[in-house]
Amino acid sequence: MNPSQVNVIGMDLVAAVHKTGPDIATFVVSAIIIIAGAIGVVFSRNPVHAALSLVMTLFGVAVLFIEQQADFLAAVQIIVYAGAIVVLFLFVIMFLGVDRRENIAAEPLHWQRPLALVLMAAALAGVIALGVGSHWATGQQAVAGSTTAGGHSNVYLLGKSVFTTYLYAFEATAALLVIAVVGAVVLARRPSLPSVEPETDARGAAVSGQPGPDGGLHDAAPRGSAAQDASPADVRAGQSLVKEAGR
Amino acid sequence: MSFLGFLDGLGGPHVRDGVIHLVVVLASVHALAAVTAIHVPHIRYLAILPEIVMLGGAVLLLGVASLSDRPVRMSVTTVGTVVISGASMGLAWWQWADVRQHGPFTTVAGAVVTDGFSALIAILASTAMLLTALVGDGYLRREGVEGPEFHVLAMVSASGAMIMGQANDLIVIFLGLEIMSIALYVLAALNPRRATSGEAALKYFVLGSFSSAIFVYGIALTYGATGGTNLAHLTSYLSTHALSSNGVLLAGMGLLLVGFGFKVAAVPFHMWTPDVYQGAPSPVTGFMAAIAKAGGFAALLRVFVSSFGTLRPDWRPIVYVIAIVTLVVGAGLAVVQRDVKRMLAYSSINHAGFVLLGLQAADARGVSAALYYVFTYSFMVIGSFAVVTLLGRSGDVGHDIAGYRALARRQPVLALAFAVLLLAQAGVPFTTGFLAKLQVVAAVVDAHSAPLGFVAMGSAAIAAFFYLRVAVLMYTPRRPRWVPPGREIVFDPIVGPQASTAAREGSGVSGQAEPEIAPGGSLDGGTAEGAVATVPRTLAELRLWSGSERTVAVVERLNADLLIDREAEAVEDGAGGRRVRVPPAAIVAIGICIAVTVVFGIVPGPLVDFTHHSTLLLLR
Amino acid sequence: MSIPGSWYLILAAVLFTIGALGLLVRRNVLVMFMCIELMLNAANLTFVTFARMLHDIGGQAVVFFVLVVAAAEVVVGLGIVVAIFRRRTSATADDLHILKG
Repeated sequence: MNPSQVNVIGMDLVAAVHKTGPDIATFVVSAIIIIAGAIGVVFSRNPVHAALSLVMTLFGVAVLFIEQQADFLAAVQIIVYAGAIVVLFLFVIMFLGVDRRENIAAEPLHWQRPLALVLMAAALAGVIALGVGSHWATGQQAVAGSTTAGGHSNVYLLGKSVFTTYLYAFEATAALLVIAVVGAVVLARRPSLPSVEPETDARGAAVSGQPGPDGGLHDAAPRGSAAQDASPADVRAGQSLVKEAGR
Repeated sequence: MSFLGFLDGLGGPHVRDGVIHLVVVLASVHALAAVTAIHVPHIRYLAILPEIVMLGGAVLLLGVASLSDRPVRMSVTTVGTVVISGASMGLAWWQWADVRQHGPFTTVAGAVVTDGFSALIAILASTAMLLTALVGDGYLRREGVEGPEFHVLAMVSASGAMIMGQANDLIVIFLGLEIMSIALYVLAALNPRRATSGEAALKYFVLGSFSSAIFVYGIALTYGATGGTNLAHLTSYLSTHALSSNGVLLAGMGLLLVGFGFKVAAVPFHMWTPDVYQGAPSPVTGFMAAIAKAGGFAALLRVFVSSFGTLRPDWRPIVYVIAIVTLVVGAGLAVVQRDVKRMLAYSSINHAGFVLLGLQAADARGVSAALYYVFTYSFMVIGSFAVVTLLGRSGDVGHDIAGYRALARRQPVLALAFAVLLLAQAGVPFTTGFLAKLQVVAAVVDAHSAPLGFVAMGSAAIAAFFYLRVAVLMYTPRRPRWVPPGREIVFDPIVGPQASTAAREGSGVSGQAEPEIAPGGSLDGGTAEGAVATVPRTLAELRLWSGSERTVAVVERLNADLLIDREAEAVEDGAGGRRVRVPPAAIVAIGICIAVTVVFGIVPGPLVDFTHHSTLLLLR
Repeated sequence: MSIPGSWYLILAAVLFTIGALGLLVRRNVLVMFMCIELMLNAANLTFVTFARMLHDIGGQAVVFFVLVVAAAEVVVGLGIVVAIFRRRTSATADDLHILKG
């Protein structure tokens, strides 16, 4: 993309009209895909359908990224979101076996839906009114570097920005990934001791300290000996990373 | 060519092609770099050393625990965590000393700022981590969930709070917020034995992510309105450009306020707090209360007072309303709680309201007062939840307020410690709590928002009631002979009008006389009867039957000595059935909390100066 | 520059609202997570649009970080869901009843 083409805001009207046609078509189609997908996520009864609708929205957003010269982000959007996150969603849906239809008409708090609808409509109207009133982007131009500086590609400029202006933020994401790994391992572990339900089952836990009547389930193990729970079902990939250090 | 031949042997031509391709790509990248070199920003490592140590320590601990053949002993993990937190704290002190001598500075391309403010938050976060490691040690042993994960996640979370404290860029604040929060989500789910733990984590996660999404959208709108996410840019842009129509900026600011409000549990956005505080493991709750408030308020104060400073007329009224609602709802709902953790949750909402007063004042004095409040509150809340942890017993379930009755007779020291921490939270003189409340109210009155100050004092009075209720209950001996079963909970506000209950408590404090417990007076209300009768008091019946109180005491002590599990009884009695063992680490932690609370309450100078100077050194 | 940025921004606002609405009205935890993703996508679209309007690469860099956060969040969130609902047949928030509120 030629920088002079983009930087000139008052572009030649004829050229603009000439170029606008396909752009408008792209925008409208993408917008329809995005909104339809979003509505599909919210209103589909089946979680699998919701996840597939989510892919639709993500795809539409990616198209709009490309439309706005954010090529790299569009690729990442497809790879990370549609390729990883949605697949993870689908995996969990299938794993838990909750891919059945759900009665979404049932709503225990009957006032919640109208209230949410009114609140959201008000918020949306508020944001749009504020935005239209203030001509949206009132900020300083190109603070962190121009999108077309030196005629470099989008990827180059983005990478440069990430490793200079946003270097600290980039390094901080390392901590997020540590949490994600440790968190997934911690959460995927099965409880090593019988659960303690707040009201009633606390007595059951009290029993577990002593030889329980039903030896198998409420193990006669003394409290804290978590290590002997390595039943075959528990040997999963995650467990080898962080050992159960109880003994 | 031998290398490539080796590769061929290893994995066939594909690997070989891949490696050649990689080499070519690397070479071309190198050539590109030679043409247009990227100038990596200068980094002054002192600025980021505390969280590097904290994060690196966490990873080191994780690595050691994962790679060693035998499970790492709990004591090793805890000592390691304490050492790492201590080192981090020392580095933060070094930062503070450096900033005091040479002034604040920014580094890493202006994304990080090191000033008194950030150093204080780093000190606070590392101290909270150290105390939590000590409290968590005993808890993890008791619950049989030993392992390094608790400490690792807590350390990562603490480093997130540090990042929030020193962030000078909205996106860095967001990342710090997420590092802190996501680690806390996992920590809340840490105890797999408790169903409530996972449930609390899920609620926390859903509402936390919701608030994060709102926060990001707020950043996006702010970015559009100002052209950048850097706080220094925001400050300079907003002070030099008078935006004639700043609707997008206002919308962004409002959404940022909502996001922060969720994190610090201000009232319209507090729904998650009671459930999560109750459901999360008790040491995690204390940590969460301290860290999330510290990080959240640090970023909130920096963004709003410093960067949105020119927009004070726009946001001060909103904060005014939020503060009032937070104070009133927090105090009002805390009164009717039966679960100690829920009570402390609502009380933490009330405390958030007080800190918001400092924000509402929106000047140096207000910020200083808010910092002082956050700093001292952290010690009080970690100490309080440490005691709650100990009394929760195995399973972390016995948190009914009724169980705290007569705690002083069984465990005088623990009861005294809890009483001191509760009184400090109530704002009793000669504790840091008093000074904290005094300072924020003074600041807000100075800033011409006197009515807010009055509301705050009113809510402090209500809050004093529910703290005193627990404190007095601990010093109230059981008098089963006088009280028919089902009427034991005299101090429950459901039973009688609050005023008369408070009056009774007053007399209870002076002489522990507790004279008016006998049926009569306010106890005879019909609805009150029904409400109380639903609570089974079988232990009281037992006492009634067994006659002399001394016999009961002897049997109780015998049981305690023989370490006979009386879990069933403990559940009926809440936390109160028998003595709990207090691990030495927890003693140290509670001792530190009380020492800070009381010593700086009696000798307020150093800590007040500390927060004052930290505020003065705030980079603007 | 062919299409006014405000179109994109309004579209993003609508998307954000639908996501928030879904989070408030749906009871299926997994669908609630997806609604959070919708909201984050709306924020991302806003960032990219502002980046184009301001000719600033910073907005695109921010999206990069939001993507990382979203990924980490989803991993942990789904981990919590799996930990809780492993033995149940539905993933609705109404099954969570031990904690009142």
